[in-house]
Amino acid sequence: MNGTEGVDGGWPLFEVFVRGKRGLNHVHVGSLRAADARMALTHARDLYTRRNEGVSIWVVRSADVTASAPDERDPFFAPSGDKVYRHPTFYEIPDDVPHI
Amino acid sequence: MNGTGEDGEVPGDARWAFGTGFEDPLHGVVAELPPGVDGAAVAGVCVALADDALVGAQRLAEWVTCAPELEIELALANVGLDLLGQARLLYARAGQVDGSGRGEDDFAYRRAAEEFRCLRLTELPRGDFAFTALRLLALSCARLALLDGLRGAADPVLAAVAERGVTEVTYHRLFAAEWVVRLGDGTAVSRGRLRRAVGEAEPWLAEVLDDEVGAEWGVAPGAVRAACAADWDRVARQSGVPLPVPAPAGGAGGRAGVHTPHLPGLLAELQGVARAHPGASW
Repeated sequence: MNGTEGVDGGWPLFEVFVRGKRGLNHVHVGSLRAADARMALTHARDLYTRRNEGVSIWVVRSADVTASAPDERDPFFAPSGDKVYRHPTFYEIPDDVPHI
Repeated sequence: MNGTGEDGEVPGDARWAFGTGFEDPLHGVVAELPPGVDGAAVAGVCVALADDALVGAQRLAEWVTCAPELEIELALANVGLDLLGQARLLYARAGQVDGSGRGEDDFAYRRAAEEFRCLRLTELPRGDFAFTALRLLALSCARLALLDGLRGAADPVLAAVAERGVTEVTYHRLFAAEWVVRLGDGTAVSRGRLRRAVGEAEPWLAEVLDDEVGAEWGVAPGAVRAACAADWDRVARQSGVPLPVPAPAGGAGGRAGVHTPHLPGLLAELQGVARAHPGASW
């Protein structure tokens, strides 16, 4: 039991990702409760796309998300903070290549 | 859409991350009634379908603040608002073509129960969630068959409203069917609730099945009964709870202004504020 499986036998939590009309990839928009993945999809449709936001929805059980821990933040992310050579800023980007 | 930019996006659209590109269902539709089309008859169809939607939406709205789950509350409210949107367009059209010049509020707030033309199944009290799901299934199947046929209606506005409504009601039917299957295929309690709901709805189903309000406007005779029977059979086989398809009952029903005792109470609540403050706007 990791706190995402519902209280008092309630429905489990799902994370919702919506690909907007203008978006290139699915973006996390929030979470909801549902009995199973199919119900989570319909709930996500009703909760998160009612203002014409989306063209595609993904749902995933919150319990299935493995997340990095806050106390691992420095070893995980600090080392990349000073390595400017990892950025593609030393290249000429052609004008006709979008979305970079 | 008023012109697109180089990358196919609408200019001025960029500052909105979500929720753009709304379409007016009547955009580009000629409001003129074609020659030879009877305005009063068009208004009759519009009012009947709008009354189903308005009364159905009101019953669904009764779930707000007390649905079993927050997600379901919003889902039911969404369905109700879809129906309300259809009702508004249909009332507005009825007022245009029947020569009375009435607006949508006149139809919704300033008619008595006997002037309403909704199916009696729409009027029955909210009931429990099983009854709500079952009623929504029955009404959505019938409405979808009607709207599907009305896409070919001789009135271009009615046809456009039907066109938009088909996608909405297709989802309503999906939502309701999934829940009826879940309840029938669920626990002993949920199955018992669904069986009881079927029993409560059964006396009013024949009127839904034999609704010929769309005849002469693109809906083939018997189309509603055939579509409903097929849909209900599919759902019943998956849910394990039989859904009856009653034989034609005859007699005057909601389409003739004959209603259950539940409609006046519903209208009293729906119309209360508008009647207490005539002419008010907000």
